Amino acid sequence: MTSPAAMLKASIWRGREAGQYQSFEVPARENQTVLDVVTYIQRHLDAALAYRFACRVGVCGSCAMTVNGRPRWTCRTHVSRVASGGKLTIAPLRNLPVIRDLVTDMTPFFDKWHAARGRFVPGDGPRDEMAEVRPDAPERAAASAAIECIGCGVCHAACDVVSWREDYLGPAALNRAWAAWNDVRDGDRTGILRAVSQSSGCHNCHTHQSCAEHCPVGLNPTFSIAGLKRATLKATLKGELSP
Amino acid sequence: MSASDFTRASRFHAGFAAALIHRLSGLALAIFLPLHFLSLGLALEAESFADFMIWSSQPLVKVSEALLVAALGVHFAGGLRVLGIEFFGLTRAQGVWISCAFAFGAGVGILFLMKAF
Repeated sequence: MTSPAAMLKASIWRGREAGQYQSFEVPARENQTVLDVVTYIQRHLDAALAYRFACRVGVCGSCAMTVNGRPRWTCRTHVSRVASGGKLTIAPLRNLPVIRDLVTDMTPFFDKWHAARGRFVPGDGPRDEMAEVRPDAPERAAASAAIECIGCGVCHAACDVVSWREDYLGPAALNRAWAAWNDVRDGDRTGILRAVSQSSGCHNCHTHQSCAEHCPVGLNPTFSIAGLKRATLKATLKGELSP
Repeated sequence: MSASDFTRASRFHAGFAAALIHRLSGLALAIFLPLHFLSLGLALEAESFADFMIWSSQPLVKVSEALLVAALGVHFAGGLRVLGIEFFGLTRAQGVWISCAFAFGAGVGILFLMKAF
């Protein structure tokens, strides 16, 4: 049982790319998430603190921040699990422009989903020629394994290659492309391989597996990217990707 | 890149360590292999061979050679890790594979070291 007087020391990033950490003392509770700490500061200590959240239950993917050096979803990260010696350091996600304080601009992140051809493209055949998708088909299983992404940007922030190379599509967009490619109903699956095999695409992955390590919903984008590498290799050998 | 950026907490996991060791052992091989082959090439000339044998019996040379072989083993095993993930889609067993791969690499180096003395 935490004593009522126990306090947490929270250092919160203030400003934009240039800024500094500001210290706050927040009452420690027995059950408390990192998002609870940020919300307490905004409601009781500094109303000007900018941060983003919506659902508070790990569905919407909008509250991700860097907590003690690691990107995490703050709404489902308990303070007791991450605070070392009652101290929390909370910063905006890496690898994205900072709008203010803990809020990042997700535009470049979602632009990459488009660049990776993450959307569904229907075929031109009539309706009765629609592909049959069996629940036990390997493509269906591969798509299912990758589909539950909540778009929080944690993997994008954890990825070293994204920090080295700004135009790299990144784990989330490539994971989406892998799910889309495994949809056999898609009318232009080769187009996905074309999009992800550009110089900014899947072949940049160094297999550090930081994305898989940090994904809050347990996806494995490294595995998805490896799948895209195999698929683009096969397509290249068959001459399907030659211009 | 600052030191604190390099030691960022998000890099403390097996996959990153494996990739780092793979890269560093590759760098060590790239730097030392030419020297290794140069010394082997010199050994083929009869007059310098005796000198080379004396030189190469020094403990420091033996340890360096053992480290070179260990780097080769570790780099080979690291390559198997990448091939395993990329071509055979290893996922759940990755951690075990990474450990086995590096244990194999270290084992090769230690075996060589034991034979050297």
